[in-house]
Amino acid sequence: MSYHDLSTLDVTVAALLILVNGAISLALGLGLERRLLIAAVRTVVQLLLLGYVLKWIFGASHWLAIVGLMLAMSAIAGVSAVRRTERRYPGVWLNSMTAVMASAWVVLGVALTGVISPAVWSSSPAQYAIPLMGMILGNTLNGISLGLDRLTEELTSRRAEVEMRLCLGATRWEAAKPFVANAIRTGMVPIINSMMVVGLVSLPGMMTGQILAGAEPMAAVRYQIVIMFLIAAGTALGTTSAVLLGYRRLFNRRHQFLAGSIRKVRA
Amino acid sequence: MTTSEPHSLLHAERLRRVAEDGILLLDGVSLSLSASETVALIGPPGSGKTLLLRALAMLDALNGGDLRLGGDVITPEGVPHYRSQVIYVQQRSTLIEGTVRDNLALPFSFNSHAARSLDEDRIASRLKGLGRELAFLDRTSTDLSGGESQIVALLRAMQLNPAVLLLDEPTSSLDQQTSFQVESLLCQWMQEDGNRAMLIVTHDEAQAGRLADRIIRMDRAQIVDIAGGQP
Repeated sequence: MSYHDLSTLDVTVAALLILVNGAISLALGLGLERRLLIAAVRTVVQLLLLGYVLKWIFGASHWLAIVGLMLAMSAIAGVSAVRRTERRYPGVWLNSMTAVMASAWVVLGVALTGVISPAVWSSSPAQYAIPLMGMILGNTLNGISLGLDRLTEELTSRRAEVEMRLCLGATRWEAAKPFVANAIRTGMVPIINSMMVVGLVSLPGMMTGQILAGAEPMAAVRYQIVIMFLIAAGTALGTTSAVLLGYRRLFNRRHQFLAGSIRKVRA
Repeated sequence: MTTSEPHSLLHAERLRRVAEDGILLLDGVSLSLSASETVALIGPPGSGKTLLLRALAMLDALNGGDLRLGGDVITPEGVPHYRSQVIYVQQRSTLIEGTVRDNLALPFSFNSHAARSLDEDRIASRLKGLGRELAFLDRTSTDLSGGESQIVALLRAMQLNPAVLLLDEPTSSLDQQTSFQVESLLCQWMQEDGNRAMLIVTHDEAQAGRLADRIIRMDRAQIVDIAGGQP
């Protein structure tokens, strides 16, 4: 199998396909032209920047640079997870950041010790650690934002039920448990759904990339299976920690529900 | 501060709650409920009646004050137990999905009441007093009228045999006949045990007169007047 490097011209031709989106937007009056332009430019600029950063880090291969980049990625994931939520409470940023760290780094650690042995990656750690971290973070942040969104939404709309339970002698955990469980379930559903259809409906991007790069399909599939389980574990850990940390913030030790600390941020 | 009176069951001293914008929600409210006493709480809307019940149920974080049950202060860990003894029934009754029976069984899934279970015979006799059959237990909570929900919420609290019931307009969604039935059920509940007390918010002064040994009037976050019985 061979690997073909794309030329700038190849990439330009593909980028011109954005004109299809633009034409549809114009024809139907969708008003998306401006956003399409921004999205297209961001796609190119962000990925080119990433390319330069990765090139530099792969070249440097110093563990501090690799860890630094992964910390920055984690921080961005923690912030993005909260930015996607509609309701916030004091401490939600720290909760999200902690949840990202507690899940993605643990899962990556397991992957780079138990699954892919250090002997394999020690010569080029960045080549393994960074793509794996990126895959785990992208999905974990999705789970965290869905979980936090559902938790704060349900606790707000069903405040009377939470308080009814407390009034009847429930502990804060007994009062919140159904809502905490729903929130964690909501955060975990997308990854379960994609595990259900992977290979049937969707061809995962990483596997596609490996095959394009000349890997044996079976080898690519093995990596993809590993990735799916890493993502699932990361999402489960991240969502659960974020929702539980949120619960701790929203119920005090006197078993009071601090409904007033949840604020809506978007109309 | 004064120590609680010898027969005082629930004693609140200078409860104070200030909203984030600085508005006083409870302005140093003191209140004592004695055993076998029914107290009515009246006052214009927004005077703080519901907030006082919520404070007594320890639902909100207060800015000051002291609360005792049977002379004991309440530790943070002791709050669920306290709430199993001092039960606040919200004005807008909240029921969970499922049947009336599921709703009545809900509290027994909590640790505070785990030692007991739903006593259907007892419920049946209470329902009879309200002119309802046992089949009422199989009704779906979402199909109930506002008045029926109010009855379920009340029965759900009464069956737990708390020392104190805090009722927020318990007959507001009921027709007059059912209101009277609920009133006599409440009187009967008080008579069953001499160590119970009841604080009932009502807009109906006639109801306050029928039920209460003592009437407390609130206005602008304070208790302004106490009529009947000992102060």
